[in-house]
Amino acid sequence: MQTVEDNQPKPGWKQAAQSALNAALVPFLAIFTAVVVGGVIIRLVGGNPWAAYLGLMQGAFGSAKAWSETFVWATPYIFAGLAVSLAFKGGLFNIGAEGQLAFGAVATAWVGYALPELLGIEIPGLLHLPLAIGAGILAGAIWAAIPGALKAYAGGHEVINTIMMNYIALNITSFLLNGPMKDRNPLNVIARTPEIAEGARLPVIVEGLRVHWGFPLALLVALGVWYLLWKTTLGFEIRTVGANPDAAKYAGINFKRILILTMALSGLLAGMAGAVEVTGLNYRHELGFSIGYGFDAIAIALLGKTHPAGVVLASILFAGMRNGATRMQFLTQIPVDIISVIQSLILLFVAADAIIRYIYRIKAKEDRLVLTRGWRG
Amino acid sequence: MDWRRFSFIGFIIVFLFTVVVLIGGSRVSPLIIISSMLTTTIAVATPLTLGALSGVFCERSGVVNIGIEGMMLAAAFFGWLAAIYMNTIFKFSPGVSLWVGVLASILTGGLFALLHAWLSITFKVDQIIGGTVINILAVGITGFLNRQMFFGEGSIFGGNVPHAPGLLPSLSKWLGPLCGGGEGCFGLPNLIQGTFLDQKPIAITAILLVVFTHFILFNTRWGLRTRAVGEHPKAADTVGINVYRTRYINVVIGGMMAGLAGAYFTIESVPSFEPLMTNGRGFISLAAMIFGNWTPFGAWAAALVFGASQALQINLQFFRDAIPPNWAFLQHAYIVGLAPYVLTMLILTGIIGKTTPPAADGQPYEK
Repeated sequence: MQTVEDNQPKPGWKQAAQSALNAALVPFLAIFTAVVVGGVIIRLVGGNPWAAYLGLMQGAFGSAKAWSETFVWATPYIFAGLAVSLAFKGGLFNIGAEGQLAFGAVATAWVGYALPELLGIEIPGLLHLPLAIGAGILAGAIWAAIPGALKAYAGGHEVINTIMMNYIALNITSFLLNGPMKDRNPLNVIARTPEIAEGARLPVIVEGLRVHWGFPLALLVALGVWYLLWKTTLGFEIRTVGANPDAAKYAGINFKRILILTMALSGLLAGMAGAVEVTGLNYRHELGFSIGYGFDAIAIALLGKTHPAGVVLASILFAGMRNGATRMQFLTQIPVDIISVIQSLILLFVAADAIIRYIYRIKAKEDRLVLTRGWRG
Repeated sequence: MDWRRFSFIGFIIVFLFTVVVLIGGSRVSPLIIISSMLTTTIAVATPLTLGALSGVFCERSGVVNIGIEGMMLAAAFFGWLAAIYMNTIFKFSPGVSLWVGVLASILTGGLFALLHAWLSITFKVDQIIGGTVINILAVGITGFLNRQMFFGEGSIFGGNVPHAPGLLPSLSKWLGPLCGGGEGCFGLPNLIQGTFLDQKPIAITAILLVVFTHFILFNTRWGLRTRAVGEHPKAADTVGINVYRTRYINVVIGGMMAGLAGAYFTIESVPSFEPLMTNGRGFISLAAMIFGNWTPFGAWAAALVFGASQALQINLQFFRDAIPPNWAFLQHAYIVGLAPYVLTMLILTGIIGKTTPPAADGQPYEK
């Protein structure tokens, strides 16, 4: 594939480090401010913020097991965060990661448990695992391509349509997991699928810890997304359509094709989040396990400034908070939901960086991220 | 809003009603079914109508508000909380508590809208991102406080969810005595009486607000200014209209409407709060607003379509056993439950003509 050179002089590593630091400054201050405000809230409801945050840190990063669990949480976050980021790069707001993830998980689970029975053979692991994950990412991609196509050909706005697709996915998975795909084990009362075959499972990295090969895979995929966006023609086209659709049309880029492709790629990544959760962690799909991933993914994409490296860091941070929250609640009886409040405050301060710039007297820069456009988009 | 749109809406509503009559007609008189469908349609369309009006106010002045969902959710929670506090802690009567709850809901919606206005008008934050922030913030705050106040150890209600002071009564409570017993009211047949007099205050208010919003937008100076600011803020500014102030006020009015919609959930519909209970209604209202071409009556008509599709779901559950075998898929609540969402997507494809948003919708105004 042909590579695209940006028309800028190559910066040296010093400038690169400097600009990375600059880019990280506002998100860092946003996190700091949100943690302070969160502490005030904890104080207001009668808790001890120091003890709460100490418990949070211990639970998130205090031991090998804590790190392992944090990476387990981070894995779907990275995929879903990349999904939302990629769409943002193409000028699309994919609020539908939740539904794409759920659909991917259902497809993966089905290939994982039902396909061997259906074919009447045992599929070798070398084939079964890629098949299962492939089904998941395909399902996610299709689920996202529908709103993409509706936007390209009928002008339906992707924000509303992806949300509607979330509810549709939720209804359909509820139907499937309570009906045709329900685990027939007589002891089971939960809406969940049977366990997937041994051959369709991602192995754990270290025996005794839950962190599985999905995490390195997520890092690899983040690298892949970076390569796609900045080193390939397709990535250049996606970014051009996102930055300036009119220019893209004049430049002869097939606008509709790129739009649908961007959504499909975004859904593919979200579907992979579901596929990896099923093959690496749960070994089945269960109703309600993914509630909230979609919105978390938006926060992660914004906090990571839609850059793959930023997404990875933001995912580990959010994962650490989610993971540590359980220990915090155990130690201090502060409900885990405080994490949602802190995360939404982080998002608030990242999105409205003017507030952060005002508080800390940082000069505004002109490289504002243009993320979405109104209904005409 | 043109006749094609209204007749399309009429067609869909008639179709949905016909399905239920065909299925349930053998069990219950069709008139009763139609009356019950109408009652449910109007009732469940309430939050959608109010949400769509909220969107009309915001977007006619040029601010995209995708945070209506979050405003509804937060308002549902705080209204409910206020009602419980008034009733349980301050020992007010249930009636008074409920009305204070409604006020608290409206206030909550207004405050969240103020945040949205601050972000999008003053700080010029991307408005769709700003709205998403509000949605996520609302989920976080309501989830946290719900658990902290009611389920946590040492919480004020001691780990028990207190009894809510009940629900707002239907209009027939006030109008009933005027009618002198059950035999028709004001000479109206029972059917109409059941459909309209059994509605509750917020549902009726929503309908009045549709008329009110139409009047404000198209027959008053304020409405003209609002539309000017939404279409061409520069021109409006030039003739001396304060663009920021106009937008702020409209967004806050819109937020209060979303707040009233929130009150519907916990004070008029069911006497409890559940996390995420708004379930996408805020987004469906936006679709109703778009389909209604940013007009109050159009938005209301579209809201009624969604109301009808929900009424279909509820009534089909009731007539579950009467569903013929070759329509068996209608027995699954999850499948019938798809209707409002699929309908939303279908309607947004512009199959019945394109809609036009206000020209400056979503664009921050720079002086």
